Amino acid sequence: MAAPTRVTLTGMLSARRGFARWDWADWTSNVYLVLGTLLMFGPVAWLLLSSVKSPSSLVEFPPTLLPWEQVRAYVPGQNAPLPLFKVVEGDHAGQRLAEIRRIGLQATMVDPAKPDTMIRVPVAGREKVMHLHASWQNYTDLIGKFSFGSYLWNTVFITVVATALTLLVNSMAAFALSKYRFKGREPVFMVMLATLMIPPTIVLVPNYLIAAVLGLTNSLWGVIWPAVATPTGVFMLRQYMLTLPDDLLEAARMDNASEWRIYWRIVLPLSAPALAVLAIFSIMWRWNEFLWPMVVLNRSESFTLQLALNSFQGDLTTQWNYLLAMTVLTLLPVTVMFLLLQRYITQGIASAGIK
Amino acid sequence: MATLNLRNITKRFGDIDVIHGVSFDIDDGEFAVFVGPSGCGKSTLLRLICGLEPVTEGEVRIDGEVVNDVPAARRGLALVFQSYALYPHMTVYQNMAFGLENLGTPKAEIRAKVAESARMLRLEPYLERKPTALSGGQRQRVAIGRAIVRQPKIFLFDEPLSNLDAELRVGMRAEITQLHRRLKTTMIYVTHDQVEAMTLADKIVVLRSGRVEQVGAPLDLYNDPANQFVGGFIGSPRMNFLTGRATAAGPDGLTVEIPDVGTIHTRAVAPGALGQEVAIGIRPEHIRQGSGATNNVAGTVIDVEQLGGLSYVRLDDPDMTVQLAGQTRLRFGDRTEINLPEDDIHVFDAQGLAMTRAEPAQRMAARA
Repeated sequence: MAAPTRVTLTGMLSARRGFARWDWADWTSNVYLVLGTLLMFGPVAWLLLSSVKSPSSLVEFPPTLLPWEQVRAYVPGQNAPLPLFKVVEGDHAGQRLAEIRRIGLQATMVDPAKPDTMIRVPVAGREKVMHLHASWQNYTDLIGKFSFGSYLWNTVFITVVATALTLLVNSMAAFALSKYRFKGREPVFMVMLATLMIPPTIVLVPNYLIAAVLGLTNSLWGVIWPAVATPTGVFMLRQYMLTLPDDLLEAARMDNASEWRIYWRIVLPLSAPALAVLAIFSIMWRWNEFLWPMVVLNRSESFTLQLALNSFQGDLTTQWNYLLAMTVLTLLPVTVMFLLLQRYITQGIASAGIK
Repeated sequence: MATLNLRNITKRFGDIDVIHGVSFDIDDGEFAVFVGPSGCGKSTLLRLICGLEPVTEGEVRIDGEVVNDVPAARRGLALVFQSYALYPHMTVYQNMAFGLENLGTPKAEIRAKVAESARMLRLEPYLERKPTALSGGQRQRVAIGRAIVRQPKIFLFDEPLSNLDAELRVGMRAEITQLHRRLKTTMIYVTHDQVEAMTLADKIVVLRSGRVEQVGAPLDLYNDPANQFVGGFIGSPRMNFLTGRATAAGPDGLTVEIPDVGTIHTRAVAPGALGQEVAIGIRPEHIRQGSGATNNVAGTVIDVEQLGGLSYVRLDDPDMTVQLAGQTRLRFGDRTEINLPEDDIHVFDAQGLAMTRAEPAQRMAARA
């Protein structure tokens, strides 16, 4: 037996089917993989790069991938900084001039060094002076400007509390459904699963009425409670708990453990892999949830990040730079979590057979 | 330390009767073994005793107290599972301490008790390991240790050695015997292996299809099986059985005519059996090679197992196994004569029940 070869990045990227030369299969798979990567990561990369573009750079035409921005210069006597152009034709070719105004095909420009002399330049005979500029203030502005902190807190609170409660409630239900023999166990389980067949939009209004009666509207708990019991979670945990040997529970029973203690000390720790998967799912569900929070939360101080994002898109104007920056911030936590817990997610999906 | 009495225990799963009115007693400090073929209900009986299953009818008494409605945890028993059922996420120490923690025992006391049991079972180097990092024999010892720390009234073992290899099994058997000698606690042990039953037990309970076939000391069961099943089940290799008809019944015994074999004289006292179909049974180790005054049988050798110290010879026509001391020159196809000593023949009636035999005292003396 040969020692296992260490896989390096270059080794992986230049891996071939095993022939000395590039085979057609190598070509197709590489092209497929490159296209796939572009398709998956292109939008994300575009989002990341655009989130550091200034508003003017965002409306630049033709659009650029990197945050190229027209250089602006302060000209004495002008209120705002003026965009800089490089003249390529005519008398002033080679000069860098700032544009004061543009009428039709003629632009009135000025040399920043000699602010008193107006120069008329045809639009076709000049080029924009561009430079790379990341406008981090898209991010820094957010923090102070839009009570970003409170949206973040709301979302984190909902996600953490709802996930903790989901794990607790679902695992208790799953424990009972998998380890106790009682009359009506199967029907109860079936009814639970049957609720999966009802689209959430259908129960949206009834749910809202209940939430309203219970006084949960405009409260974060109004988002948390309805999400706590999930048939998917119960199903997933139950299937996993069925694989735990009954002997362990009986041994614990002989060891004087109460049923609660059996659940807490034996069943829960042993279900950790399934719980981890459910936790990941729950975090993603709660973090990205949009429709129900929008229905329940009407006041902006109780908005979640997703709702705040939505509110950026106004009827008349949309502040794209902030919208993009906030989208990045919203994506960040789940992405990081996904990276860290990837192994469990694939494991869990494979073991539970659900998505 | 406790006595156990079972009174007419019945267990029904749905419409299926698994245990049919079982009664017997186990005395304080006794090592009792439930033995029987698989599916005979021995494990179910154990679960009924420890309270993991409720009894359908009858009474379970521990120390004279009826415990039918006492939950498993409060019966003060400890069960060692066939699968060991060690908590895989806990270390050996935590496994052993779990029961005491549940009882609210002070930490220092738990530490002392676990240390004591670990020392007794030679588990000290493994206390911080998880069960998965232990060998089969070590896991078995942890399972026993978990039972010991709680100082139960009765130890229950459910086929504890069935997952171990043959060599380890012999070793663990000796350890369990030592443990019993040291703790002097009542122990109940379930097995399908009659060798384990014979070597461990003070008292054997032979079970078949949910019924008690016989209860008694190992040698009593061996010497005086109450019926054909027990005769066949206890002892290895199995007792040989031949069926025939009782042709003469005298005060000193019953004469049985066996078709194609001949006339066999036995010591069974059963005047009423005359003319009836009976079965005679004789253990392989009691058969002698050669011929005697009576009870000579001839057979053809179809198999010889030479173990060095002793040999098993399988005969055909009649189908019998003979155990010979030392080594034998018999080979496949040889014709040989064997003698069935009258004193060692068991006779069973048509229902399989053993008939009483004359002069047991003399027989015992002769054997001694």
